[in-house]
Amino acid sequence: MTKSSDRLITPNRRSVLKTLGVAGAATALPLWARYTHAQTAEPIRIGFQKHATGIGAAYGRWYERTSVAAVEKINAEGGINGRMVELVTEDDGTDPKRGAEVLEKFANQSNCDIAFGTLFSHVVIGSAPRAGELKLPYFVVSEGHHVASGMLNRWTLQPGITDVKSQIQAMAPFITDTLGKKVTMIFPDFAFGYDHRDNLTPAIEKAGGEVLAQIAIPPTETSFTKYFPKIPRDTEVIYHVMVGPAVLTFVKELGEFFGPSAPQLFGFIDSLEAVDMSSPGLEFLDGSYFWEGNPRYLQPDAPDYVKAYRDAVGIDANGASVSDPKDVSTSAHMFGCWETLHVIKAGMEASGYASTADRQKLVEAVEAMSEMEAGAAHPQGPKLFNGKTHQVFGQQYISKVEGGKLMVQHTASIDDTLYPDEVDYTSMSF
Amino acid sequence: MSRALILHLGLLAVLLAGNVLLPAYHHGNMARIMVLAVYAMGYNIAFGYTGLLSLGHAMFFAAGMYGMGLAIRLADAGALPAMLTGLAAGAGLSLVVGLLALRTAGVSFMIVTLMFSQACYLAILYFGEWTRGDEGFVIQAVDRTLFGIDLSDPGNRYIAAWLLFSAVLLLTLRLVRRPAGRVFVAIRENEERARLLGYDTFRAKLSALVISGTISAAGGAAYGLLFGYAGASFAGVQYSIFPLLWVLLGGAGTVVGPLLGTLFMFYLIDLSSGFTEAYMLIAGLVLIGLTLFAPQGIAGELRRRLWKGLP
Repeated sequence: MTKSSDRLITPNRRSVLKTLGVAGAATALPLWARYTHAQTAEPIRIGFQKHATGIGAAYGRWYERTSVAAVEKINAEGGINGRMVELVTEDDGTDPKRGAEVLEKFANQSNCDIAFGTLFSHVVIGSAPRAGELKLPYFVVSEGHHVASGMLNRWTLQPGITDVKSQIQAMAPFITDTLGKKVTMIFPDFAFGYDHRDNLTPAIEKAGGEVLAQIAIPPTETSFTKYFPKIPRDTEVIYHVMVGPAVLTFVKELGEFFGPSAPQLFGFIDSLEAVDMSSPGLEFLDGSYFWEGNPRYLQPDAPDYVKAYRDAVGIDANGASVSDPKDVSTSAHMFGCWETLHVIKAGMEASGYASTADRQKLVEAVEAMSEMEAGAAHPQGPKLFNGKTHQVFGQQYISKVEGGKLMVQHTASIDDTLYPDEVDYTSMSF
Repeated sequence: MSRALILHLGLLAVLLAGNVLLPAYHHGNMARIMVLAVYAMGYNIAFGYTGLLSLGHAMFFAAGMYGMGLAIRLADAGALPAMLTGLAAGAGLSLVVGLLALRTAGVSFMIVTLMFSQACYLAILYFGEWTRGDEGFVIQAVDRTLFGIDLSDPGNRYIAAWLLFSAVLLLTLRLVRRPAGRVFVAIRENEERARLLGYDTFRAKLSALVISGTISAAGGAAYGLLFGYAGASFAGVQYSIFPLLWVLLGGAGTVVGPLLGTLFMFYLIDLSSGFTEAYMLIAGLVLIGLTLFAPQGIAGELRRRLWKGLP
């Protein structure tokens, strides 16, 4: 009896396995066949390296919303070269090791045409070598100086957001002309702070000012009162670029230290990206100035294409999510995703991009770009792309905090942001 | 040839075959996993075999990575001398840390190694002018050539990773079956008794830590050289936790455990991140499950159930 039941079971198990195998092959076949037979009908797949977790998560969330909105717009207008665009999103954990792995996934597993969207510099620098080896066009939205410094490779480009070096040097004329000539800098003691230290000091001197003191604060610090006595008494302007969760404490303690007789304050909005300006403790910032990559608050003279961009992304007049006024956007950076995707579209159209075999043509087409007009594709303003350094240049905004809102006071011209080339990527081989 | 040797040589043959058989994405992953498994095998010498629970091994991994990377960046060294500099940095650092940290044991040892590692991490940030701080730096493809072989080529990279992995695997296998390795295990099981038997346990622990640190540094140096980047995040506390996790998952005190743990964890994160952004939650649940149902890790469970003599 046992034997006979064994006989009954064994063939069954085999046949089940066989059936599963055949079914597996059958389900695999159409996918495989579809990719080979109908390649032109396939969407253009853009690998989006998203900081969904880790320290970049607030940025990642808004980078994704902006990118999704841009892709929807591009698709509604007919896609790129008649093909729809699809975002393939992968979390890089804001980690350079995972970032490089994600690029491999885009190139070798999810059949992406290009990779796009990285913000944090260490993730860009950790991932870019792999982009070069994979020969995968890699469009970063990082504002780091790493691209233009020549550290990376021919496959890595930054055509949608200006770099920190140009932003900082463009601030110096305004600071010395309007706020004061004697500047004290307070910055975090790591690479982001050093960018400011190393670029602002010569720019201030060139503009006829003087940097009296450079105060570096360790990133682990939670209380700042002990640093304030180091600020020289004849300081006219405090330039501050603290970032991270301790910013609110920093501002509050600075306010308590100086009271009503504070020097002029100038900061980078990076300190308060995704932070509500009406947060308790920030009242002290009223009347102070900030660099903004793109205005967070809707300005009275905003053109229609700016309004259209803001509506598409889903931010209200205060730069917060239309569905949650507490969810403040990373307005000064995320426009870069929108603009980069439009540059990719323009590059693919100029090069007649049809398949991954045309990746090199795409890079060459973007390298050939130069002036970009302000408009629906470039809501932040006009741009000037330098094909040799793979870096775009654009105007910068300086806003004043008035009644808890940032209102644009000055727009630094593209000319103020230019500096001599440090690399010629076009002379490098692919 | 012993059964154990056949098993491990067989494993190496399978991994080598992967160079030809694996599709591009998994081929790249496997090269990474083999290098990270070298790091885990290094950790396993200290933790799995000698019972030294270090929470600061990232400093050795980073010593290798920066020793190699800075030799190329600052001294324009070739890939081979740079690799050797990385190994020397790891060996030197583990000797110094060992001499100081091994004066403590248990929880104190964990804390002291953690502190040393944090100090190394902060030193990398502090000397940002040379190390490029938290941003790190690229090791250009032109510098990644060993004996005329371009290590940025996927096939060459895989073979290089496999060679390093094989060398460390066979070295570990030999070490743990020799008297020195037996002394490590004796210390892990009962240090007092080992001392009573006349062994100089401090010296044995120090040599275990130096071997462990040097192998970890080899992993770090190879990682930088093969994948073209050195950065401070590799010296962060999570990179001290990773090898502990990989070794615990794969099976502490087994030769193949570190590879199995690294492989398992890599694909667990890779696959679960495809379903949800909360993939660390899935990873956490799986880890809890493994701890409950296979507390000895994957290879440890194999040893318990199937093959008592698995080294």
